[in-house]
Amino acid sequence: MSEAVIAVALVWVAASGTAVVLTRDPLRQAFVAGFFGLGLAFLYLSLQAGDVALSQIVVGAIALPLIVLLSLAKVGKGRG
Amino acid sequence: MSRRARLVFFAAAAAALAATLGAGLAGLPSFGSQITSYARMLNELAPRQRHVTDVVSAISFDYRGIDTLFEEFILLGAVTGISVLLRPLSDETRQLAQDKAPDRTIPPPSPAVWLLAVLLSSLLVLTGIETATHGQLTPGGGFQGGVILASALYVVYLGTNYVTVERFQPAPLLEATDGVGAFGYVFIGLLGLLAGADFLSNVVGLGVTGNLISGGTIPLLNLVVGVEVAASFAILASEFLDQTAVIRPRRR
Amino acid sequence: MSVLAYGVVAWLFLVGVYGVVTSRNLIHLVVCLSVSQSATDILLLEIGYRTGGHAPVFVSLPAHPGAAVDAVMQALALTDVVVGAAVTALLLALAVQVHKRAGTLDPDELRATRN
Repeated sequence: MSEAVIAVALVWVAASGTAVVLTRDPLRQAFVAGFFGLGLAFLYLSLQAGDVALSQIVVGAIALPLIVLLSLAKVGKGRG
Repeated sequence: MSRRARLVFFAAAAAALAATLGAGLAGLPSFGSQITSYARMLNELAPRQRHVTDVVSAISFDYRGIDTLFEEFILLGAVTGISVLLRPLSDETRQLAQDKAPDRTIPPPSPAVWLLAVLLSSLLVLTGIETATHGQLTPGGGFQGGVILASALYVVYLGTNYVTVERFQPAPLLEATDGVGAFGYVFIGLLGLLAGADFLSNVVGLGVTGNLISGGTIPLLNLVVGVEVAASFAILASEFLDQTAVIRPRRR
Repeated sequence: MSVLAYGVVAWLFLVGVYGVVTSRNLIHLVVCLSVSQSATDILLLEIGYRTGGHAPVFVSLPAHPGAAVDAVMQALALTDVVVGAAVTALLLALAVQVHKRAGTLDPDELRATRN
């Protein structure tokens, strides 16, 4: 049972990681990266790593989207 | 190098890397079969030796405490680099949006957003403190708790505006807190030297397993790392916010 | 299972590097680099996994808990995740300043010297 959960998590991570790379527009990529971070947290949890999953959740849901979106706002404003 | 040439070169290099990775990964023991004897030993010994229930925290802050010290300094260095990179350059000036058009004010946030921000930021502060202080008992610890504490400030910005959040996080206070956190870790390590043992050894009383205050220096190091990580991530967000909200090219 | 587990690690790393090589936008490049970085975290945790193991937290355990998984690997991966985010932020700060100076985020159009 736990092996099946780990396999599902691995496939989710591989698929969303590929999607992150193939999404060329940075704004859309930020959303897909959030989905990828969620998949990573699920994988870490199924590998019985609670501390690492907690780290990934707080970093991938809070810190990374914030700095990516602020950078995009600054770059977009400079262009306009 | 043209794009096509770069892609061809990458394809060749990636094939070689994939072959080497495959050979290396194939030599690993099959997935889920065994763990290292060092880890098995630590799982047995750590709860009895250090009176903690979360072995990962004991390893981070006690058995491999010196590695966490270096990781903390990497964090400090990265945030210092960001502060240096995002400083106002010679042809830029810091100017609030109100100063540019003093007759127009920023509209206040709607009551629903403001209420949500107040509730969320209070909950986040409580959760952050709880996670940081319970690191030796359950999954959690200084790193996670620090990021949760910093996110309380992000929520304040999202619910109000730049001027309000800057009142909560004056830059000198954040930088001083960051330095105090980093120095605190070294200071607790030096306590070990002063007590006659090694640097970063656990010399404070160990307490009873399962209590909040247990594990000797582990909860102290958790707190110190939590303070440092919270200040680091707050500085990080504040620098990016400054770039977006106040730093503008100087008009001649 | 081993093939899937370790294959995902190699795949994520190579896909991340492919994203870096073929990127047309510096911010897209930095996010692809973070994908590569997470591949190493996954490998660390997979090495430390034992089938049927439980997390290395010894509180409120059932009657026959069985063996625990590797806690050393988790300690390594934990700090790696947080510090990786800070380094990603440093790279994004670089990208923002490059855009200010060169006016473009396309790596192909950046020149080594300014005119």
